[in-house]
Amino acid sequence: MRLGGKLLSGAFWLLAALGSQNASGAELLPYTVRNDSVPAPLGGLSGDPRRGRDIVLDRRRGNCLICHSAPVAGEPFQGELGPPLAGVGSRLDAGQIRLRLIDQSRISPRTIMPPYYRIEGLRDVDPAYRDRPALDAQEIEDMVAYLRTLTD
Amino acid sequence: MSRGRALALMVMIASLITPLITPLPTHADPLPSGTGFLSEDLQARQADEAANPGMLWVDEGARLWQSPQGATGASCASCHGDATTSMRGIATRYPAVDATSGALLNLEDRINLCRTRHQKAEPYPYESDPLLGLTAYVARQSLGLPMDVETGGAAAPFYAAGEAFFHRRQGQLNLSCAQCHDDNAGRSLRGDTISHGLGNGYPAYRLEWQSLGSLQRRLRSCSFGVRAVQFDYGSPDYLALELYLAKRAQGVAIETPAIRR
Ligand code: HEC
Ligand code: HEC
Repeated sequence: MRLGGKLLSGAFWLLAALGSQNASGAELLPYTVRNDSVPAPLGGLSGDPRRGRDIVLDRRRGNCLICHSAPVAGEPFQGELGPPLAGVGSRLDAGQIRLRLIDQSRISPRTIMPPYYRIEGLRDVDPAYRDRPALDAQEIEDMVAYLRTLTD
Repeated sequence: MSRGRALALMVMIASLITPLITPLPTHADPLPSGTGFLSEDLQARQADEAANPGMLWVDEGARLWQSPQGATGASCASCHGDATTSMRGIATRYPAVDATSGALLNLEDRINLCRTRHQKAEPYPYESDPLLGLTAYVARQSLGLPMDVETGGAAAPFYAAGEAFFHRRQGQLNLSCAQCHDDNAGRSLRGDTISHGLGNGYPAYRLEWQSLGSLQRRLRSCSFGVRAVQFDYGSPDYLALELYLAKRAQGVAIETPAIRR
């Protein structure tokens, strides 16, 4: 039935929307900082480096190449405000990378690198982005997995 | 204490306090205009009146300057005469505090105040072609003249608010204007080179807009870029920020209508 189908997909859409609001809503998953590192994966999630690469390049998600360069072909305009990401996987372990993505300002308070998994202490956030982190826990873990592969 | 050690101590003390007594940079040199960061081709188009698309709005402004408006049927020219003389240098002093109301006005607001006060006409909406045209036409009369706004007296609280805005982190990406336009000016943000964030070319023709746009429209783009609140056109926040930007541009020549990417 066409009408029923429409209603049903409408209801699914609503559930999906609520679900994603919960997943990325005001509640961040708890994590523990040890020295300059968050050793344990957020929520015990495991990251996928292929997805992580997409997020790093995606202008609407990570958009990391606005500031960084990365060893990827076919990306003409790469950033120069942050250090090159090439080799980051041998400079830093997973926990160190994780903390830098969660909130680099815990390491360097005056950094220009945005905090990707933080909601407190931000000012004048656009209502469309309020009360949720820039990226969710799974996206952070995917990027950690990808950056760990950049060993040279 | 031996002579040598006393001397060494004095040298050490001197080297410690010298940085404290060395005068701070005075910003006597104006900051470079954003035009210098454009390709040579775009710079040439901006300089050529026949090729600069912003001149279409300036021409429209020139027409409106002569056009009777509102209940009084007065034109701008009825009160101000020939704009090439009466409006020369005006834009260098805006935003400015209006003595009657005590409000901070940018050039757009001043034009709209003339409409409501003297022409008894409706104000033009922000970003409408007539307001962009008149603003660009008035600013064009100051082409090449250095920016020189008042920031003391009645303007002081507005200036302080604008300065604070410029330096505070904002938005989900948690960046201040200063972190890009002071700390990273001249470096590239993907395809763009970050300029010093001056307003001396506005209203400007942005290729991305395919239109002339006000300085506040540009400010909304930067707010959007860091996922911060885009304040309403004419909001006190952006007005104060415009005053701070105008002071940053002290001594920088007006280039309206500039071309920008
Ligand atoms: C607005 C600029 C900016 C953006 C956007 C940005 N970064 Fe950074 N990033 C920096 C800077 C600058 C540093 C240097 C560390 C500091 O500032 O203390 C840095 C440091 C890092 C480091 C540590 C590198 C090292 O060798 O120590 C990693 C990893 C990193 N960024 C990854 C990312 C990823 C992934 C993204 C996107 C999700 C991203 N960054 C987005 C500016 C940025
Ligand atoms: C993440 C970096 C970044 C931040 C933060 C930022 N801007 Fe910009 N801004 C840019 C870029 C890139 C451009 C386009 C290139 C240029 O002209 O500088 C630009 C352009 C401008 C311009 C136009 C300059 C011209 O000559 O056309 C102004 C004015 C300006 N910004 C002011 C601000 C103010 C005020 C803030 C804070 C509310 C701000 N910017 C925040 C990156 C930024």
